[in-house]
Amino acid sequence: MEPVINIEDLSFRYRDAEQDALRHVSMSIQPGEWVAIIGRNGSGKSTLAGNIIGLLEPERGQVTSGHVTVSGLPLDDEHVWDIRDHVGVVFQNPDNQFVGATVADDIAFGMENRAVPREEMHERVAAALTAVNMSDFAEREPARLSGGQKQRVAIAGIVAQAPDIIILDEATSMLDPAGRREVIDLVTQLQHERHMTVLSITHDLSEAARADRIIMLAHGEVADVGTPAEIFTRGHELADNGLDVPYPEQLKAALRGRGIQVPNEYFTEKGLVDYLWTLRSTM
Amino acid sequence: MLLGRYIPGNSPVHQLDPRTKLLGCFYYIGIVFLANNWITYALLFVLTLGLLPLARVRLGFFLRGLRAIMFLILFTVLLQLFFTTGGHVWWQWGWLTVTSKGVLNAVYILCRLVLIIFASTLLTLTTQPLGLADAVESILKPLKKIHVPVTELALMLSIALRFVPTLMDQTTKTMNAQRARGVDFGSGGPIKQLKSIVPLFIPLFVSAFSMADDLATAMEARGFRGGDGRTRYRALAYHRGDVVAAILLVAVTVVLIVLRTH
Repeated sequence: MEPVINIEDLSFRYRDAEQDALRHVSMSIQPGEWVAIIGRNGSGKSTLAGNIIGLLEPERGQVTSGHVTVSGLPLDDEHVWDIRDHVGVVFQNPDNQFVGATVADDIAFGMENRAVPREEMHERVAAALTAVNMSDFAEREPARLSGGQKQRVAIAGIVAQAPDIIILDEATSMLDPAGRREVIDLVTQLQHERHMTVLSITHDLSEAARADRIIMLAHGEVADVGTPAEIFTRGHELADNGLDVPYPEQLKAALRGRGIQVPNEYFTEKGLVDYLWTLRSTM
Repeated sequence: MLLGRYIPGNSPVHQLDPRTKLLGCFYYIGIVFLANNWITYALLFVLTLGLLPLARVRLGFFLRGLRAIMFLILFTVLLQLFFTTGGHVWWQWGWLTVTSKGVLNAVYILCRLVLIIFASTLLTLTTQPLGLADAVESILKPLKKIHVPVTELALMLSIALRFVPTLMDQTTKTMNAQRARGVDFGSGGPIKQLKSIVPLFIPLFVSAFSMADDLATAMEARGFRGGDGRTRYRALAYHRGDVVAAILLVAVTVVLIVLRTH
């Protein structure tokens, strides 16, 4: 299959920076895939997202090598707006990305920019509100919503715009655990219903665990690529990259410390519970 | 301060088109100056007070609006009272004189100010800020012909309105954070008070900049390319009530013009 995002040998340098923020990054993402990009602060995750939709303008830095293709379109001045039609981004701070004065206005903003006729906008806003389960909130002002609800509105704006790709740029990092789960469940559901490609940039390992594939960045380079199972069993390497070790892996390490042998393969929490359940069973 | 306070409701006044209310309010303030005798002022007062039950807003809100600029009203009235010359001299002390004309002028000024404040309070109490922003855009639209960026101005206005509560929250947070570190707001002399504002203002400015940066990025990511070639989600529409309001205003104008010459 033709990859939906293809990055070849991308290097990017911010103005006045000593070294490249991204160094020879290459990756290709297949349609319908959920890819998580992880790495410590300053590893180039957000720079990468900015490069995919052409948000990092020349005055902020420049691409020193490589090129990016999104949905078959090369990223250049001519195609950048067409690319943005294919990509919906949810940013980190729920307050600072809320453009509209009410929920319905905010959801319609992207469609207004694309000159969608008014009747169609009203239908699509209503449908998007239903999709994110916020129909009762259409006339609410952002000041009266919780952080999780604001991120749901941001996702509704994407649903209304119906792109092929969702980028979550640390979209859950300012939410409480409940709001986080809510947003991730919603995106999972949308991905299945609408066959969207999801690129999530995150520090949150439960979010990364949902991915089909994890790409780990370190110092602007791709340090590791693999399934969550492959990546999460590298406990030591995760810690070196400033990331948390998932809870089942922590438990396995603690068990090994007490002389209990556990297999090296990756367990989800449920998987580990099932394993421990059978460990002492004599049947 | 009542400016910008909106009381949600469903009264006939709430349902008027925001353009009607905005233009009507300006027009009404204009015709207040047509009144020049007892009968015309009485007519305007009856009309204004008659709108209150129609808008289903309590008189208390209006009186609070008055209280906010009480000092200004008092100052203007006293100035009129003591410094107007002409008519019978009722009382004199040095260069201060109270004349019959002075008393009359003072009362008229008082009436005018009260009427104007009532009309503008009624506007803000019954119209959502967003509606007002839409009305401003719609009214300014003809200026597009002389290259005034009306759509951008309206967008700025609506973003400004949307960020007012966010920035207020931010202000309270910053104030409390600075208080926790020992900054004493609102005490001491004027210089000391001014100095204590610095640790509030600088962080607020910086955070406003970063908010603006984030917002601009988010807007661009959602395909915002400038004011032109966009459609609008929200539409304003005139209804029967707006026609009634317009007819009422014209009728009042005619009656005022007739009565003022009598």
